[in-house]
Amino acid sequence: MNKKSTMNSAWERLVNGLVKENPTFVLMLGMCPTLAVTTSAMNGLGMGLTTTVVLMLSNLIISLLRNIIPSRVRIPAFIVIIASFVTAVQLLLEAYIPSLNAALGMYIPLIVVNCIILGRAESFAYSNPPIPSLFDGIGMGLGFSFALTCIGAVREVLGAGTIFDYSIMPASYVTINIFVLAPGAFFVLAMLTAFQNFLKATRAKVSEEAAAMVGSGCSEDCMNCSEKGCAKRFYDTQASDKLPDVNAEDFQEKPKTVEVEDMDEKEEV
Amino acid sequence: MNEAKDLLIILIGSSLVSNVVLSQFLGLCPFLGVSRKVKTAAGMGTAVIFVITLASAVAGVIYKFVLTPLSIQYLQTIVFILVIAALVQFVEMFLKKAMPSLYEALGVYLPLITTNCAVLGVALTNVQKEYGILTGIVNGFATALGFTIAIIILAGLREKMEYNDVPEYFKGMPTVLLTAGLMAIAFCGFSGLL
Repeated sequence: MNKKSTMNSAWERLVNGLVKENPTFVLMLGMCPTLAVTTSAMNGLGMGLTTTVVLMLSNLIISLLRNIIPSRVRIPAFIVIIASFVTAVQLLLEAYIPSLNAALGMYIPLIVVNCIILGRAESFAYSNPPIPSLFDGIGMGLGFSFALTCIGAVREVLGAGTIFDYSIMPASYVTINIFVLAPGAFFVLAMLTAFQNFLKATRAKVSEEAAAMVGSGCSEDCMNCSEKGCAKRFYDTQASDKLPDVNAEDFQEKPKTVEVEDMDEKEEV
Repeated sequence: MNEAKDLLIILIGSSLVSNVVLSQFLGLCPFLGVSRKVKTAAGMGTAVIFVITLASAVAGVIYKFVLTPLSIQYLQTIVFILVIAALVQFVEMFLKKAMPSLYEALGVYLPLITTNCAVLGVALTNVQKEYGILTGIVNGFATALGFTIAIIILAGLREKMEYNDVPEYFKGMPTVLLTAGLMAIAFCGFSGLL
């Protein structure tokens, strides 16, 4: 009985990370690496898997230590744990996959400030047992890898006519270089967000409750959040005098319903 | 003389040619989040210049006089992130006590910067490119200046676009991202400068 429920929960965490709360497409977390390293599908996949490993291990360790870490110093403690794993992974990559290490460069140490990892530590691992936390890390990491690979593939096909370095476009295809360059990242992400707004608008009524779950990676603490793509934060800045459209209201209302009890625990970091 | 020329090249290179937000994608968070009004954008920019310049100085000193002699350079990521977090806290306390007017001006932006990956990014770049302490500080200042230029331009554009009639699903974030993309194209033009 007990074992079965653990299994269910583990499976549920995996699906949750991959589909329901996909960190990139749904939660819009970790936009920095998403834009920076997705020049090709391979780089996206490499970055995704590297993050997965760090996320998995940090979730596991934080969950094991959750009764020992005092809640006042939990954020520095999380950062130290995450930074240790990032350093370890970086050294391993340097030793065994130097080509990937060269391609990703500075963005590997910058995994430390990737808000997906700190977000999951705070919102899941710190309050859940090790096994679900481990699978939550795997699920979230794979969801992130999947998203990065997709974005990378789109940019690679449009910008270079290849996918995973295999040429798939006819020889007459003229590559659109801009998609491999920096501006392309902004354009692809803009299209993606617009598409997501479209999906949200059409599904809004059908799944009010499911949509309410979306905010669970959010700590409601916009001041200290490193989440750049967060729509809520975007609408929450000082100049909130105008909230012109329906989407703005969607973004604002959703998380409030589920996060109320969470908020008591958050204090200034 | 030659050194001054090198510093000038770094200054232009880091602020315009390889702009921190538009070509390296660091510090996107405040870039997209705090760019609704030119005034707030300028405040954020000032705070970023302040913190990054200070952080690259401190990180440079620690790297040179603590990590290198002990040959534990591989701990740089951990050390830098802790130093930056502590530094921001410290700066906040110091400003509150010593320069209340500046504290008022920077106010809410200071704590936001702890999680800004540009700060850690600059510290790591300085190490990677083997810059000395002075060069590192110049590079930090230039990077932050580039950030400030970019965020003020974006805020100006967003103020102008406030009442534009955009397609429904492109309202908000997608429009901002498209604007940023166009700015990135414009900044590509600087690449012939050096």
